Amino acid sequence: MNTGRVWKYGDDVNTDVIFPGRYTYTLMPPEEMAKHALEDLDPEFAKSVKPGDIIVAGKNFGCGSSREQAAACLWAAGVKAIVAKSFARIYFRNAINLGLAVLQCEEASDVLASGDPIEVDFAAGTITSGARVFKFFPLPESVIGIVQAGGLIEYTKKKLGL
Amino acid sequence: MGQTFSEKVLSRKAGRAVRAGEVVTVSPDYCLSHDNSAAIIGEFKKIGVPRVKNPDSIVIILDHIVPAADEKYAQNHKTIREFVRAQELPHFFDIQNGVCHQVLPEEGFALPGKVIMGSDSHTTTYGAFGAFAAGIGRTEAASIWATGEIWLRVPETLRVEFHCRFPEGVYAKDAVLRLIGDHGADRANYEAIEFAGPAAGDFSLSSRMTLANMAAEMGAKNGYFIPDALTIAWLKARTLQEFEVVQSDPDASYEAVLSYDLSALVPQIACPHTVDNVQPVTAVAGKPVQQVLIGTCTNGRLEDLEIAARILKGRKVSAGTRTLILPASRRVYLDALRNRTIEILSEAGCVILNPGCGPCLGAHQGLLAAGETVVSTSNRNFRGRMGHKDSEIYLASPATAAATALEGKITDPRTR
Repeated sequence: MNTGRVWKYGDDVNTDVIFPGRYTYTLMPPEEMAKHALEDLDPEFAKSVKPGDIIVAGKNFGCGSSREQAAACLWAAGVKAIVAKSFARIYFRNAINLGLAVLQCEEASDVLASGDPIEVDFAAGTITSGARVFKFFPLPESVIGIVQAGGLIEYTKKKLGL
Repeated sequence: MGQTFSEKVLSRKAGRAVRAGEVVTVSPDYCLSHDNSAAIIGEFKKIGVPRVKNPDSIVIILDHIVPAADEKYAQNHKTIREFVRAQELPHFFDIQNGVCHQVLPEEGFALPGKVIMGSDSHTTTYGAFGAFAAGIGRTEAASIWATGEIWLRVPETLRVEFHCRFPEGVYAKDAVLRLIGDHGADRANYEAIEFAGPAAGDFSLSSRMTLANMAAEMGAKNGYFIPDALTIAWLKARTLQEFEVVQSDPDASYEAVLSYDLSALVPQIACPHTVDNVQPVTAVAGKPVQQVLIGTCTNGRLEDLEIAARILKGRKVSAGTRTLILPASRRVYLDALRNRTIEILSEAGCVILNPGCGPCLGAHQGLLAAGETVVSTSNRNFRGRMGHKDSEIYLASPATAAATALEGKITDPRTR
């Protein structure tokens, strides 16, 4: 179970506005990445985001570059899940591989607004905001193991017996 | 029912017949990475295996910020070179070679039927040669280095059929921009795009690379052409490796089939700030432009530079329009130097950059100030990508970019 506030954005939120290219090819600790999260889309975000907050967006979230920091910076900023109508393919993989929940839910995306309270119950597959309850599309079987292991690195270690 | 190209390639790799929607674990033939190899090395070390599983499958090409623009980038490159030496990786290409998506095919790795994963979204480019090529993230690349394996969902396939021939002044870039404009930046999300139809074989390999490269901008996992005699001849000149051409069965199942009459197309331009915000060039003609970028992995091959040179020969670019030329690779640069294309472009007042990614991703070599506009032949026009967040990026063909450079404002190349 996770409780937080909604940060609402539109369709096609791309990796350049989530984490600009100018920072992409230097190695940065997670807390530094968090300071640049959504810098070119919403300068308020990095200043006011709180651990447990959740991003709610439209279709094709995370389109563009394969840069993993676009998932890592949100995770480092305390975001516990992203709810969207759909995710760009590489972003979806990157988020799973880092253990950041990516939840597909059309209805929640249409209805929720910035500042709304939001609760995600991962086990039950539900998103709750006040009296409203939404079901999210379950993650594919094949990747649940990665999420359960806490991301791909831990999953790979286990696979290799390390 | 028959299988698609992607189903066939992944069936062979998985050792069983698979269908779209299934998840397979496969061993990629090659795993590409670039300057982000430094980050991958960090993840690889976290896994804790001393040696990479299959050194021969790892291809590292430094291209994103070359030569290093500052000390941090220099350290990054140094870390990568040290790792390459320590792990004895045979396929390392340092800063002098060019953009990975041009260099990897030139070096004979982009072969039909191969599975190539790349820690870069435009890895789709190698589909131009009939490879199954898809972008992945850094942690995944580290996991491939450690285990030699990756999980993949077998994609559904969207078939795009091309008919007839381009009119004067219209190119592959215009066709793919129209396609993305008509159907949206997520139309092919998680899917393969099969570029086919009677006119597919008329595209040069350079143009096929432009289309496969831009498949990523429609959300595609991979985009490909079926190799023909042109492809085979090009590859035979670059590799001694054996390969087998794989193609979809005639009764394969497609998610949808789209059809394009190339003869009906006019020059297209993607307007700020999404690649699917596409209009005919005439709709935005006349807008003042402070910078033009001709090159990149999308449109930085000899044919592209020659198109620009034909328009700029004996003329000067507009005084208010900085015009950057970014050849896709050292080999392209050399060819363009030898046939005097570079000379023509330099005499026209263009700035010739070294092969690499540079300004395309806004890391160095010509960023935009607030309020400035660029016409670029690259593949992405997201807000802030090439500089200040209040700058504007328009994407177009090399012909439109060159005509724009001459006039200093967005210009339909057919009017030049």
